[in-house]
Amino acid sequence: MSTPVTAPPTIINFTVDGRQLSAPPGTLLIDACKRSGIEIPAFCYYEGYSLQAACRMCLVEVEKMPKLQTACTLPVMEGMIVRSETEQIAKARKGTLEFLLTNHPLDCPVCDKGGECELQDMVFRYGAGESRFTEMKNHAPERQWSPVVFYDPARCILCYRCVRACNEGMGVGALGVTNRGVLSEIAPNKEDHLDCDECGACIDICPVGALTSNIYRYKTRPWEMQHVATVCTHCSNGCKTTLGVRNDEIIRGNNRDRGGINGEFLCVKGRYGFDFTASEERLTTPMIRIDGKLEAVSWSKALGFVAEKFKSVQADGGKFGVIADTRLTNEELFYLQKFTRAGLKTSNLDHAASGDLITLLDALSGQTDALATTDDLYKTKAALVIGSDLSQQHPLLAFQLRAGVRHNKTRIYTVTPGPVREAKYSATSVTVPLGEEYDALAKLTDRLKAEKELVILFGDSIKGQRVRDLVAWAATLGIPVKYVCLVDDSNSRGALDMGCLPNLLPGFQVDPHPGLSQAGMLAAEDLDVLWIVGANPLRHAPLASRKAFVVAHTMFLDETAARADVLFPSASAYEKSGTLTNVTGQVQRLKAAIKTMGAKADLEIIGLIAKEMGLAPTLGPWTHDIVFKEIHSGVHGYNVPLPVLLTGGAALTSPVNGPVKVNVLVDEIRSAGDTLFTSGSLGRHSKLLTSVPEFPGALYQR
Amino acid sequence: MSLTFTPETEKILQDIWSRYPEGRKRSAVIPMLMYAQDQLGVVTSELVAEVAKRCEVSPLQVEEVVGYYSMLNKKRMGKHHVQVCTNIACLLMGGEALWHHATKRLGIGHKEVTADGLISLEEVECAGACSWAPCVVDGYEYHHHVTIEKLDQLIDSIQKVH
Amino acid sequence: MFNEPHPDEVRIISKRFGLPNSASIDTYLAHEGYVALMKAIEMSPEQIIDELKLSNLRGRGGAGFPTGLKWSFIPRDNPKPKYVVVNADESEPGTCKDRLLIQNDPHQLIEGCIIAARTIGCKKGYIYIRGEYRYLIDIMDKALAEAYAHGYLGKNIKGSGLDFDLYTHTGAGAYECGEESALLESLEGKRGVPRIRPPFPAVSGLYASPTVLNNVETFCTVPAVLRMGGQAYADIGTPKNGGTRMLCVSGHVNRPGVYEVPLGFPMQKMIYETCGGILNGKKLKGVIPGGSSSPVLKADECDFPMDYDNYARMKTMAGSGGMMVMDEDTDIVKVALRTMRFYAHESCGWCIPCREGTSWLRKILTRMDEGTGRRADIDLIHELAKNMLGRTFCPLGDAAAMPTIGFIEKFREEFEARLRETTMLATTPDQLISIN
Ligand SMILES: Cc1cc2nc3c(=O)[nH]c(=O)nc-3n(C[C@H](O)[C@H](O)[C@H](O)COP(=O)(O)O)c2cc1C
Ligand code: SF4
Ligand code: FES
Repeated sequence: MSTPVTAPPTIINFTVDGRQLSAPPGTLLIDACKRSGIEIPAFCYYEGYSLQAACRMCLVEVEKMPKLQTACTLPVMEGMIVRSETEQIAKARKGTLEFLLTNHPLDCPVCDKGGECELQDMVFRYGAGESRFTEMKNHAPERQWSPVVFYDPARCILCYRCVRACNEGMGVGALGVTNRGVLSEIAPNKEDHLDCDECGACIDICPVGALTSNIYRYKTRPWEMQHVATVCTHCSNGCKTTLGVRNDEIIRGNNRDRGGINGEFLCVKGRYGFDFTASEERLTTPMIRIDGKLEAVSWSKALGFVAEKFKSVQADGGKFGVIADTRLTNEELFYLQKFTRAGLKTSNLDHAASGDLITLLDALSGQTDALATTDDLYKTKAALVIGSDLSQQHPLLAFQLRAGVRHNKTRIYTVTPGPVREAKYSATSVTVPLGEEYDALAKLTDRLKAEKELVILFGDSIKGQRVRDLVAWAATLGIPVKYVCLVDDSNSRGALDMGCLPNLLPGFQVDPHPGLSQAGMLAAEDLDVLWIVGANPLRHAPLASRKAFVVAHTMFLDETAARADVLFPSASAYEKSGTLTNVTGQVQRLKAAIKTMGAKADLEIIGLIAKEMGLAPTLGPWTHDIVFKEIHSGVHGYNVPLPVLLTGGAALTSPVNGPVKVNVLVDEIRSAGDTLFTSGSLGRHSKLLTSVPEFPGALYQR
Repeated sequence: MSLTFTPETEKILQDIWSRYPEGRKRSAVIPMLMYAQDQLGVVTSELVAEVAKRCEVSPLQVEEVVGYYSMLNKKRMGKHHVQVCTNIACLLMGGEALWHHATKRLGIGHKEVTADGLISLEEVECAGACSWAPCVVDGYEYHHHVTIEKLDQLIDSIQKVH
Repeated sequence: MFNEPHPDEVRIISKRFGLPNSASIDTYLAHEGYVALMKAIEMSPEQIIDELKLSNLRGRGGAGFPTGLKWSFIPRDNPKPKYVVVNADESEPGTCKDRLLIQNDPHQLIEGCIIAARTIGCKKGYIYIRGEYRYLIDIMDKALAEAYAHGYLGKNIKGSGLDFDLYTHTGAGAYECGEESALLESLEGKRGVPRIRPPFPAVSGLYASPTVLNNVETFCTVPAVLRMGGQAYADIGTPKNGGTRMLCVSGHVNRPGVYEVPLGFPMQKMIYETCGGILNGKKLKGVIPGGSSSPVLKADECDFPMDYDNYARMKTMAGSGGMMVMDEDTDIVKVALRTMRFYAHESCGWCIPCREGTSWLRKILTRMDEGTGRRADIDLIHELAKNMLGRTFCPLGDAAAMPTIGFIEKFREEFEARLRETTMLATTPDQLISIN
């Protein structure tokens, strides 16, 4: 994210420590220095959040100014001559650190922040390791504010980063400051506890160990962990997360390097919801139903059994159905659709659709660049949210809009069936009965016409003909409009792009021999095989075919597993590699962080079944990088720059740019309406997510 | 549980509210707390919630204010809150002796209340009576040129009335 | 009310103090009340500002900024509403003049505010009065009601087309809320934490709108300036230091009180003649000349004409006009400690050097006072105060550091005398090092 300043085109020239520098007008000296490799120490300054000038660490000398100046509040000025490393400055920094350490406990050996503490680093660099303070330190006991958050006021240096992260970043405002003077403390919003998103942003932004998480507390030291950068699997937004791993256990998640599309944003699921991987309820071995009971068997037995069954059903001309999970990797989805179409010779293939992207693409036919990215949400002058509780369902998208409101004065319009957080800072919010969102748009027409540009985000109440109507209506506004079709899961987009659909091949190419949809398969009484790769469709609908042989890949013994004849324990997204495509079409790399005993990646399971069936020569190898190469060269829109992906970036895909003449099964499009604290069975098996009280009531939860 | 004020207090609160422009009602937070505290004797959580509601801010934003200002008390003070100034001008004129005398006589310390809830004591910062030091303030009532005898009389008179 | 007029005084803004019912509008009107306002209505804003500039009136709240210049900074073309704010937070130890001005002559303040409103084109004003001064708020509210009833406030003031509403606003106990930007935060219903400046209140003050903010005494002087003419007012003082000041004399003098004297009035004369000399015939030890934030003067430094320039020459400040006189028996260590206790209690806590510095200094000075000080503590106090100076977010940090430095530099021997024989051998601050 860039500085909160939009710069006119001219440039300001100034000197720092004898070096000629330049920066756009309005740039703060501290940022200008940083960009030129001149480090100015700071506790309270934090790029992107409001200015405090409280820590006084960033003092510099500016010629013609009588006192030391705070580089964090001083915009660069033409001809300004700055010195950042003088004896006077060194003395000031050391003096301030000495002040800070008077009441800060020196319990670094037992502090979670040890090794990653900005105060430790600062003292190391600027001195004051020894103190002339011989008085009693002020004492205040540590408190637990929520299942996640602990606060130790003695360690707090009052940089107010947490307060701003919560208030400005999250739009929650659950943290404040109470008392005054040396007794000042950070305070939670509900007397002695927090009522909030539990996102942990406050903890990660804390430069010292004042805020710590119950999840990570006293578990390990930072240098004892491996840090694996991957993508969160809980929703469709695709936040980058860095998992701290020790002995095949995920100990924490954060994004402190601020890389990726999310900067340092993560919600509670992204930061703490990884513990489902260690659930005792995970399936660790394949199982076969024998005499009505599931029994553990070896991998080879289960694979052989399934392959034999598939072959014999195929030989008998039987009917297959394949349902793909929307959290599989692109490689898995691609390979699975190839398996289904080229191996099983059917297009009875589907996934749980949660948004009508297909109609949108068709309606936009010929319009280039009409799909918005996460970055567009930050930069746009105006955004219209239709039928989604964005902060609950799409936390990163909501975060981007909030950042836009702060930095770029984005105007937000909402049309929702109840109060949403966006309404707090929106220009206009309209409340309508659930499902009638579209009809309320006319009320906004005039106001939106006055905007310069618009990003429209719409949920599952806009589908089929309504999408066409929406696009037609937006065209009448006379301004450039971009869209985000909101979908649920970490790879809902991939499932569409990879052709895990009964009527579309990869890259939105029409399938000349369409098959059955998910509902069609579940309703077909003559279905012989139902192969469910990771999803849990039987939670919501019964399976009509009594005779169907059901194979399920799963992590937990869920409703689908209860009907299955064979179960394969599958690996979670944190246990495998591959790529995912987020809600805005940005593809990123997953990196395996841990191995879990017994479980295999779905790609491997699918590949092994193919091998047992003798299909390997037809389908090709099932290693993810080889499959990705195939996607890269073969699937429309996936010809993305590889270096971006390989360095952990997000590469924008561009789905078909033209009509998609296919019959969209509108009735089957339905969002699960997940909240900040739910994400299907993963959420149900996260002790942490089930332990935190939800805030506030979710509008769309089903 | 909703909070009701006496008609007099309610009138003051309404009047305060009307002083600030639309959208700026947060300005009323501190005056409302002060005048409501006068009636209630203390800032309760209910008061915080009520002021938050009236001024369109979060209860936390009101709590932040309560924690900051020294005249807003979350602990109930005495019916008579007796404040002794010991700042420089009063110190020079014997303010400290007054303070010690008061604590000894009442057996309570800074921001403490007598068992009967009648009197509380506070050692305060400069009350703005330097030229007539030392001074003692009972509630909002100033007493100047206070001596130990005068302080005793003041305490006696408080105790006699009740 | 509190002290009889003294012949040394030049009573300009306190001239009505002794009148019966001096706070009432009738008394005010009978004694040149609202005359200046009627004049101001006829004048252009530029003319009013020119008179103020000519008068050499400087802010009486502490910083001494030229008032005419300050008012001229209000941007005319800014479409936002503009505000007048009165700083009646009077909390600087040693200061008790604004209290008298409001108690005895509230309409003078109101008139000053209306003139300010007329000058900058403002429709609303607030008088921020410290919470402890509740009885003054009541007096002020009554005066405001009278002014409304007489058509000096509200719509179309005296047929001039001018609309102006003025309200009182109570503080709730916080010295820092006297600092102008913290006051504005407080007036907006927030914690009294100062703002980053620039922008200054003239550009972005109350509700982020252009705001004229002055001390009570400053506003009270404005009607007099317009009535007398800027030049006549300036002539009362010394060059560049116009008019009179309310000096609040306290401590060990025979006649403490608030006296209105011309700028440049000799301090020696003030102490020994106007105030009748030192109590009980004692000798003078020193004077804290302009409120607790101003560095102390030793007895032999107390002979100079009290105007802004000469205070500066003496390396101290005119400040808020709070003169605290100390006799030879005064315990300077105690005074230094009490001063630091004040600042530690009043530090808003926002910035590190002030929050931690005042607290640490309070702890060391407490030890000193209790007799467990160490020789090295004396230099340590001096150095820590210097480590705060000029590095804090607002001037409160400086206000805590400056007098402390002064006490040590001028009365070092008193600190040394307080050292008991202790086993601590450290003689320099560096020898005090502990790994804490
Ligand atoms: C810590 C601190 C406390 C202050 N307290 C007061 C005060 O109580 N009254 C006041 O008028 N000015 C006070 N000031 C000065 C104000 O910031 C401001 O300069 C003044 O009100 C401007 O008015 P003037 O120009 O009329 O002096 C204080 C300043 C500081 C730094
Ligand atoms: S110097 Fe800093 S801590 Fe002290 S009052 Fe000013 S802002 Fe607050
Ligand atoms: S970074 Fe500038 S004061 Fe903290």
